[in-house]
Amino acid sequence: MSSEVILVDYGVGNVQSIKFALERLGCIGVLSADHERIINASHVIFPGVGHAETAFNNLQQFGLDSLLPQLKQPVLGICLGMQLMCNHTEEGDTPGLGIFDLKVLRFINVSKIPCVGWNSLENLKSPLFNGLELTYMYFVHSYYAPLSNQTIASVQYGLTYSAALQKDNFFGVQFHPERSGKDGEQLLKNFIAL
Amino acid sequence: MIAKRIIPCLDILGGRTVKGVNFVDLIDAGDPVELATIYSEKGADELVFLDISATEQQRDAFEPLVYAVAKKLSIPFTVGGGIRSTEKVARLLHKGVDKVSVNSSAVNNPDLISQIANNYGSQCLVVAIDAKIEGDEWWVYTTGGKQRTNLSLLAWAKECQERGAGELLFTSMDHDGTKNGFANEQLAELSENLSIPIIASGGAGTLAHFKDVFLKGKADAALAASVFHFSEIEIATLKQYLAEAQIPIRL
Repeated sequence: MSSEVILVDYGVGNVQSIKFALERLGCIGVLSADHERIINASHVIFPGVGHAETAFNNLQQFGLDSLLPQLKQPVLGICLGMQLMCNHTEEGDTPGLGIFDLKVLRFINVSKIPCVGWNSLENLKSPLFNGLELTYMYFVHSYYAPLSNQTIASVQYGLTYSAALQKDNFFGVQFHPERSGKDGEQLLKNFIAL
Repeated sequence: MIAKRIIPCLDILGGRTVKGVNFVDLIDAGDPVELATIYSEKGADELVFLDISATEQQRDAFEPLVYAVAKKLSIPFTVGGGIRSTEKVARLLHKGVDKVSVNSSAVNNPDLISQIANNYGSQCLVVAIDAKIEGDEWWVYTTGGKQRTNLSLLAWAKECQERGAGELLFTSMDHDGTKNGFANEQLAELSENLSIPIIASGGAGTLAHFKDVFLKGKADAALAASVFHFSEIEIATLKQYLAEAQIPIRL
């Protein structure tokens, strides 16, 4: 296994800010959709912004929908990446990778959609959060993963839901660590150290 | 609980000059990359860069600067000014920008809002609206406030939301530059009539103005320029003050 950090490249979203965040930690994130390279990476980051349906179609096109759930190294899904690691999302009635046993739902009865801004994490239950100072992270999303026994951090916006999930080597965060100041950087650092 | 956001805005001319910035120890530097980092360290929740270049030649200098800032910044970064096409949006996102802000170009071509939202997602799209009151009506202006349109503020704001804007940045031209406080009444009306977050702009002068914009104006975020640039208000002091007033804030 190489010591390469791969950013899964499936033609959606803006991954430049994640690349920059990794660079600030002295680490190079390589964009790739190459199966061999992904399998051999030391860490895999699964980013995502935009629409779930388009994103999932792209995953299928690249054959990544069957590859990603089989990975053995630490994998970190960010935002839509995390949502796509669940069983299903209401956004476009889209199936997911089934890593997290959850259905992603659209916010209802909240004052503003999308939820945009810094929110504080609660009930932290993972070494991923070691050394965080403020626990405020930057969120921007309209769909959320409910609480489950895979929740390793929760957050409140109208209701309490999953800010982060974990199953074995798979991690998912709803927020954007790459744009969450020092705490976000610490989280990425913790992930890379896994 | 989600925190109210404090957003400094920097005017960029020719990709280099930062207009009207006067940090005590940075008068000579005026380096936008350094300023961006300082704001981020001082506790800004986001940063907006506005390209106020008048010529295409000056404008060409903007993207390398944006790249340099995005590389160093660890908070959300929005850029606006002269964005008229999805190609431009793609280039900026590729440079590490998180959100783009469109204003006049969206009024001239409302389909641009839908195109950006559909291609890159609402999360990266802020629609900026400049408006001015005439009698009882608020009218939308474009071209840096020079051109009056026939769009009423609320109707246009609703259209922006329907077309997929992720946030609205509302500047009251009547309040901008006065330092007499934000247009709280109008902000509250927008906030109550729309379901997307509202960023308030124009009129910040004192700490209390920020408290009012969140409590009375029901804004989700407040943007200001000169009070921060000239260190009239320190972001850390402001955030402490707001927290003491029981406003949710990231300290």
